[in-house]
Amino acid sequence: MKHTLAVLVENHPGVLSRVSGLFSRRGYNISSLVVSETEDSSVSRMTIVVDGDEKIIEQVTKQLNKLIDVIKVSDVTHDETVDRQLLLVKVNADNSAKGEIAQLMDIFRARIIDIGKKSLIVEATGSEEKIDAIIKSLQPFGILEIVKTGTISMVRGAK
Amino acid sequence: MELNGAQILVKALEEQGVDTIFGYPGGAVLEIFDALRESSIRQILVRHEQGGAHAASGYARALGKVGVCVATSGPGATNLVTGIATAYMDSVPLVFITGQVAKAMVGTDAFQEVDITGITSPITKNNYLVQNVQDLPKIIAEAFYIAKSGRPGPVLIDIPRDVSMAKCQYNPYRNVDIRSYKPTLKGHPTMIKKAVKILGEASSPVICIGGGVINSGCSAEVQEVVELTGAKVVSTLMGLGAYPGNSQTFQGMLGTYGNKAANLAVQSCDCFLALGMRFDDRVVGNPEKFAPEAQIIHIDIDPAEIGKNIPVDVPIVGDLKNVLQDIIKLLKKDHKVRKTINFPNRNIQINEGLNAPWVLRNLQRVAPSNTIVTTDVGQHQMWTAQHYIFNQPRTFISSGGLGTMGYGIPAALGAQLAMPESTVVAITGDGSFQMGMPELGTIAELELPIKIVIFNNNTLGMVRQLQHYYCGQRYSFVDFKKTLDFMMLAKAYGAEGLRIEKEADVTDVFKETFANRKFTIVECPINSRDLVNPIVLAGNGLEEMV
Repeated sequence: MKHTLAVLVENHPGVLSRVSGLFSRRGYNISSLVVSETEDSSVSRMTIVVDGDEKIIEQVTKQLNKLIDVIKVSDVTHDETVDRQLLLVKVNADNSAKGEIAQLMDIFRARIIDIGKKSLIVEATGSEEKIDAIIKSLQPFGILEIVKTGTISMVRGAK
Repeated sequence: MELNGAQILVKALEEQGVDTIFGYPGGAVLEIFDALRESSIRQILVRHEQGGAHAASGYARALGKVGVCVATSGPGATNLVTGIATAYMDSVPLVFITGQVAKAMVGTDAFQEVDITGITSPITKNNYLVQNVQDLPKIIAEAFYIAKSGRPGPVLIDIPRDVSMAKCQYNPYRNVDIRSYKPTLKGHPTMIKKAVKILGEASSPVICIGGGVINSGCSAEVQEVVELTGAKVVSTLMGLGAYPGNSQTFQGMLGTYGNKAANLAVQSCDCFLALGMRFDDRVVGNPEKFAPEAQIIHIDIDPAEIGKNIPVDVPIVGDLKNVLQDIIKLLKKDHKVRKTINFPNRNIQINEGLNAPWVLRNLQRVAPSNTIVTTDVGQHQMWTAQHYIFNQPRTFISSGGLGTMGYGIPAALGAQLAMPESTVVAITGDGSFQMGMPELGTIAELELPIKIVIFNNNTLGMVRQLQHYYCGQRYSFVDFKKTLDFMMLAKAYGAEGLRIEKEADVTDVFKETFANRKFTIVECPINSRDLVNPIVLAGNGLEEMV
């Protein structure tokens, strides 16, 4: 099962390599990893999606906590979270297809951000499922290039 | 007053109470050794950086202090790697200082440049590449704090040459506070209560001591728990000495090469109390079959060790000494009747003659009671663990987790410098001896009265034994075809050389060894066909010994 870990780390050079090195040498599987500075510039936040059973996730969490530069590890898999990926996709589009794609992307609330002679670029944000659905819907037109981020997650505020 | 980085380093080391460093010079650490000239810190010039790392480890383990080793960049740093990994696996508090090429050269594949922080990141508790001379006091204070607190381990500080040369004001850094590193010291009360209940109700409890008992310094507490519960005691390799080996309750080492009584006690116990140990595969045998009847209580300061290899019923994270004191309080309140258990005879049958078990027992008979034993790795190590009786913590120093051949001689060097009044004996084999040999030069130069006992079977006995069991007795790459003249070698180093030729010599040779107060190399020939037994073969439970 996929678990999402929110990991706060010291914003030092070399921390990312310590974290990724830990995963590779202990044989844990990273599905995605996103890292960026937080509201506190001395702290970075990693959102790591890991594949593994409860026992593996427990070890991953404990081993991450052992790294001196790791400040906090939270498994947010079972929390109420907002999860987002960002997708950029370049699709084949002759003039007749452009309208059709625009309509389709409206449904997903995705945006066309660049139009070329025979292609266009779509930008979308959403959950992993939504991003997968967008990619699938664009496949019949012919996808030229895809780039997307890993998932970032935030626990929802108290209601 | 303005000091350069190297001088600041030396001041900060003095501030940490460092009295001895092991080191090897080189271009990237010129300033550091220059600054050390004006320090009162004793400097031991070793013959190889790996020996320096192991010597610092022997020093740290004999004394319970942080050991320090300094090496230059590139090959100096990579030569440390085996020593760092050895210390990491055995939780030894060490601080390594390496020189690095100047910051502007880093990343250019400069002469003697290596990414040592990258290389050692999986085998250090933490490491630092110093970017700024102002950061040095803080980094050094943090490094010592991290090395010795929580679960101890090695920390490496890589100092570019221009940082060693750069000047700034020295401000001692005293109050280490790392927001992301707060080891848990007190055990959880609910878990402690649960553990006490299980211990109180157990009819055949076994207490297993690991290296954590030595690190936490809680041998007295362990003895008290043993008295209150009537438990039998078994030990991992790393725990030997933390509980008196001559006590009737002590069943010996458990595991693959464990004593039969210890393994049988574990397999039939109804409560297994694990203290500062990590259920290594050489300890548990087949994990599915480990202590099948037992409820397992595991106390360790490292949460990552709990439940890693064996599922536990009661996990307790904390410093052993604290947790055991809490347990003792509750045991005294709840459970007043001391149980009596009939202990099986744990005597192991050994044959008189030139075999390692018999020779080791004779060595023990003659050795002074304050003797510290170091070992290398292989058959001699297991024989020592089985047959030599350790009664005091920090008297048995051996590479457990990594199993590093070449550890014993440099570790003896470090231990002897740490404990000048103690007798230090390095027990080794002819294979391991040749891996640790460079430090003979250091021992000779310092005129240390270290005793090296070589069990010579002209073969790599432990590998040969593995081939005996797992390769259908097809022996490959293990026999040395030419015997080394160890007596000539002793002479070359100015050491006393004594050779045991026959059974009748054993006592006299050892008596002479301990009487002469000199660096002494003793060679004892043994049969290459001798096996360490009993042994638990791969895949078997601990009760299935052959």
